[in-house]
Amino acid sequence: MLRIVLNALRTGVVTTRYPAEPSVPPDRFRGAPMLRAGSHLPPPSVCPAGAISERFDDRGRHVSLDLAQCVFCGRCADDPWKDAVAMGRDFELAARCRDDLRIEVVADDPAAAAARPAPDRDAEAAGASSEIRRVLGRSLHLRHLDAGSCNACDWELAALLNPVYDVRRLSIDFVASPRHADGVAITGPVTRNLETAVRRTVEAIPDPRIVIAVGACAASGGIVGEGYASAGGVDRVLPVDVYIPGCPPRPEAIIFGMLVAVGRLGARRACLGEAR
Amino acid sequence: MTNAALTDALRAGSSSSITIDVGPRASDLTVRLGRADDLLALAAVLTGPHAMALATVVATDETRSPDGGFKVRYIFEPTVAAAHDQFVTLLVPVDPTRPEVASLTVAIPAANWHEREMRDLFGIVPVGHPDPRTLVVHDGWPQGVFPLRKSFDGSRRVPVEPAEEFPHLVAEGEGVFEIPVGPIHAGIIEPGHFRFTSVGETVLHLDARLFYTHRGLEKRMEGLSPLDAFYVAERICGVCSVAHGLGYCEALEQIAGVDVPWRAQLIRSIALELERLYNHVGDIGNICAGAAFHYGTATGMRLKERLQQMNERLAGNRFLRGLVVPGGVRLDLSDDLLGVLAATLQDTLAGLDGLMGRIEANPSVVDRLDDTGVLPHQAALDLAVTGVTARASGVDRDARRDHPHGAFASLKPPDLHVVTISEGDAMARVTVRALEARESIRLVGEFLRRLEPGPLQIALGEPLPGGRIGLSAIESARGEAVHWLRLDAGGRVERYHLRSPSYQNWPAVALAAERAIVPDFPLVNKSFELCYSCTDR
Repeated sequence: MLRIVLNALRTGVVTTRYPAEPSVPPDRFRGAPMLRAGSHLPPPSVCPAGAISERFDDRGRHVSLDLAQCVFCGRCADDPWKDAVAMGRDFELAARCRDDLRIEVVADDPAAAAARPAPDRDAEAAGASSEIRRVLGRSLHLRHLDAGSCNACDWELAALLNPVYDVRRLSIDFVASPRHADGVAITGPVTRNLETAVRRTVEAIPDPRIVIAVGACAASGGIVGEGYASAGGVDRVLPVDVYIPGCPPRPEAIIFGMLVAVGRLGARRACLGEAR
Repeated sequence: MTNAALTDALRAGSSSSITIDVGPRASDLTVRLGRADDLLALAAVLTGPHAMALATVVATDETRSPDGGFKVRYIFEPTVAAAHDQFVTLLVPVDPTRPEVASLTVAIPAANWHEREMRDLFGIVPVGHPDPRTLVVHDGWPQGVFPLRKSFDGSRRVPVEPAEEFPHLVAEGEGVFEIPVGPIHAGIIEPGHFRFTSVGETVLHLDARLFYTHRGLEKRMEGLSPLDAFYVAERICGVCSVAHGLGYCEALEQIAGVDVPWRAQLIRSIALELERLYNHVGDIGNICAGAAFHYGTATGMRLKERLQQMNERLAGNRFLRGLVVPGGVRLDLSDDLLGVLAATLQDTLAGLDGLMGRIEANPSVVDRLDDTGVLPHQAALDLAVTGVTARASGVDRDARRDHPHGAFASLKPPDLHVVTISEGDAMARVTVRALEARESIRLVGEFLRRLEPGPLQIALGEPLPGGRIGLSAIESARGEAVHWLRLDAGGRVERYHLRSPSYQNWPAVALAAERAIVPDFPLVNKSFELCYSCTDR
């Protein structure tokens, strides 16, 4: 017993200061890819997750990348597209709207910012957020729900409770019963074998409830996509409040998304290439 | 045992002519059966006098190939320590109009799930199988729809239809009650349903129902280019990302007939040991959670976190994704990273020794672990379990030595100390993990000493040859994973199958739980620490 106390004292405080202080990922970290407008951008077939798409209009070739689908493998930033795409280190990517996760650039025109519809979603998002804030205050108690993940996202959610991230210091916690929860953190693309359990668990959470899709599979189907055994993303089955991209998202990225969910941090807004 | 003796015994054991060829690898044999009826007799020859165990079963739909029909390949491997690196395939052609094969399950219990899976996904019926229930497809799956047949379009969703309750296998009697647990659990863990029948606290029977996370990944990979399919293989399981990515790569590289550069082999083996290390250290911490020893849990989590932060510096991903790629590795080990690696491993070793010291000196923890969840040696052999589970029950098998891969495939492989303990209880599994974690740290040092400058990748050449089979076995943190891959004439994935170590080990959990009390189940389960995602795929 004495040794345990001594060891604990010797170890000291290992907890991160994030989000009060920024977290700087290591050099090799693969965050949001940055597409360079007016360059030789890769064709959609390069992406194993199908996150890259293209369309053509009078201004030329538009290439867009869906961060919700991206598995951050870095293949589109390898040779021969090194000059066109770079893996950035931005990991704070959570968004309230799926559209905000789409990066689009015009491949043939360096000057032109790609045109995009400007949906009036601010009012809608602010409305949802204020209702949640009114009822939940600043704390958030979540149920984890594995909807068919590869377990990487699950382990990162579990890591939030380790001494380094310790999300309880931010008044976020995980609870055992959906009845005790304010919301749910869902991982995985929603498999056919779990669809019923996912619906029932979410329905057991009292309203208003927050649904957070953690990781590429939950946010969009990711590399699994839609198939005989997979719905291809949580929003095919239930409305989603916050999308957290990543394969898996690093723990700080999940913390960011959870703080976005309770309205304590601003969500990612639609961005155009490197314009951020 | 020489190949000649084996082929003679197989010919003697069959009632009609069989063809025996070398393959898929140069050290392997493939036995094509003339009559499907011979299957039981030939399997008995392999498992009996030749001491082999069933490694995996791969069904294929080859109706579109000139050969035609369905095929089932029963792949066996030796069970003796340091045996010849060999797989023996019994190839049984199946008539698609009457898709039936004899069931091996009664004679070879390890065939149980493989045969049920084949029935669900291909509609190939194992005649005489004792369990008629579905395994992979769950409630409300339409009759007569078999998703892994080539005629089935896997890209469309199959809706969930109302269905009757699944017939769980339960014990009945006075004072016996059922405890249903899951599929959604209270903690942050993967989904599975456990149906206990118990008298008081004592578990009479445990029926585990898995495959909730079945994503159809093997079908998903079919038709993809081998490079695209790699990214799916790497994502079958989070904590086995390196092992499964590497297993797929080795199978593909066999098909392509290329030799991966030495430096890349060493970096691959380093990655594999680092994956084992963060898993084992984290698992020891989680086992402490099962025994309500919170200091141990927090220490395990902290040590694991430190290792995963190092992973992110090495590979750009905390699960080491994006390091191994077909043909080699994508990233080099730079000098500054070597320093980080050495310092982190040194601290991990000290931290692990401290943690094990606290566990072993704490009678309340040791008391929970000792004699809990015992898997007897014979049961371990019958179920053909693998990895820590097998070695803690006295089975001396390790794919790094028995099916050399990565840097172990060199002419002068480093010495590997295979840890075995005979008790088969939770304490044995903790101890095997701790000793293997130390061995991993030593091995990383050994690999680093052997590093010499050189290329990181070799081109696979396009198009890749169709028809050829790639077969690889990788020792992941949970045991031996067996990968089977074949490309079609256009060089795209025709069929890929993964037999994960967890798939093989799950039935052992149910068996070990039947010797425990209900409150010990979380501890028993954590002491095996199996993945659901690589089992379910």
